[in-house]
Amino acid sequence: MLTVGSDAAYAPFEIQGPSGFEGFDIDLFKAAGEAAGFEVKFQNMTFDALIPALQSGTIDAAISAMTITPERAKTVDFSRPYFRAGLAIAVQSDDETVKSLDDLKGKKIAVQIGTTGADAAAKVEGAKVVTFETAPLALQELSNKNADAVINDAPVTLDAIATGNIKGIKVVGELLTQEFYGIAFPKGSKNLALANQGITSLIEGGKYAGIYTKWFGEEPPKLPETAP
Amino acid sequence: MADSIASILDAMPLLLLGATVTLRLALASILLGLLGGSLLGIARLSQSRPLRWAARIYIEFFRGTPLIVQLFMIYFGVPAFAQSLGTELRLTPWTAAILSLSLNSSAYIAEIIRAGIQSIEMGQQEASESLGLSSVQTMQSVIFPQALRRMIPPLGNEFIVLLKDTSIVSVIGFQEMFMQGKLIVARTYQVFEIYLTIALLYLLMTLVLSYALGRVEGWLNPLSKNTSKGEHDRQRVAIAPKSTR
Repeated sequence: MLTVGSDAAYAPFEIQGPSGFEGFDIDLFKAAGEAAGFEVKFQNMTFDALIPALQSGTIDAAISAMTITPERAKTVDFSRPYFRAGLAIAVQSDDETVKSLDDLKGKKIAVQIGTTGADAAAKVEGAKVVTFETAPLALQELSNKNADAVINDAPVTLDAIATGNIKGIKVVGELLTQEFYGIAFPKGSKNLALANQGITSLIEGGKYAGIYTKWFGEEPPKLPETAP
Repeated sequence: MADSIASILDAMPLLLLGATVTLRLALASILLGLLGGSLLGIARLSQSRPLRWAARIYIEFFRGTPLIVQLFMIYFGVPAFAQSLGTELRLTPWTAAILSLSLNSSAYIAEIIRAGIQSIEMGQQEASESLGLSSVQTMQSVIFPQALRRMIPPLGNEFIVLLKDTSIVSVIGFQEMFMQGKLIVARTYQVFEIYLTIALLYLLMTLVLSYALGRVEGWLNPLSKNTSKGEHDRQRVAIAPKSTR
């Protein structure tokens, strides 16, 4: 039984429904477990707490739409890529001035703590960055007109707009970057090989496409075996 | 070990910057909370029944609901609600933070003020009346000076709680000391070193505050003074048993 940490305020990847954890990541990890012969138990925590929890051994793995980055890979081991995503900029519906990251100079950007969106915002010259525990709070900040933009993973921002949960915002520069999500394990974890084996068999056996279509309503893109 | 010390030293400038924000936030909220709490505490003792009840309802609400919920309501909820009504209301994190901390602490402070004033025996008021003092004079020179001394220890507690509670406003993206620490941890993953340093910085602040309040308490105690007035008080205390005989 693996205890798996996840920041369950990140639809459609991980959310808490009436019957517990739901989402693409949740279905994927459960299916990978069935394929490779292990069981998973999810535990909610904030995104920025996931890597420290892996380090301290509080959790055995973390699946939370986490981009594989060289910085994170110094502290944790990542599984093979299981999702292709990218950052998007969200602005207020009537904002016509922002088209790319360059247009955000000197503006106020809301982000979620510890995310690649937060890293991207920190690199924007003269921008004032406000940091929140969860992505919905950063989007609410934008919707409340307390911020000019949100930089966050495109699928999540699009989902929040599509479900009508966040009003008065739109996405401009979709997929500014190409990023791959991976499942994070403590350095040297024996479970990593098992998870990789599970994900590979899901992709090859077609189950991956089924889960993808269930959550995103389209065919999945081709995934590389390692993050570039 | 050397690595840990290096990472703490690296983090220090940002943590100290956060500490100044925490101190300013705490100070502003303590002052506003003291003002609001005094007014509410007096309202609780007012002759007017509607005023008493209004103060009572306020106190029960702000004391009976969690600070973090109040903060989310004020910062995220109220602007979203205003928007649904077609108006716009924007609160800066500073405004929302100071507002929720002082609204919350005034409820506690009001009860401290009320209890302090009510703890002075009825007999003193009756004695003042029989000496021909007005009710304002009685409050000013007889009841309040004594009540104040009794209020200092619980007020000190409240100030220390408030100082520590400022860390809660990190959830609205407010970059006080705890948030600065979390941002450093999100970058470096030096969990133990950074949070230990933050804990010690909070401890340092509360120790200074507690020392200062101890001084105020001593300073308000007539028996601890070596002035002629103090001597006088001591004599009065010394002869008190006789006079009651």
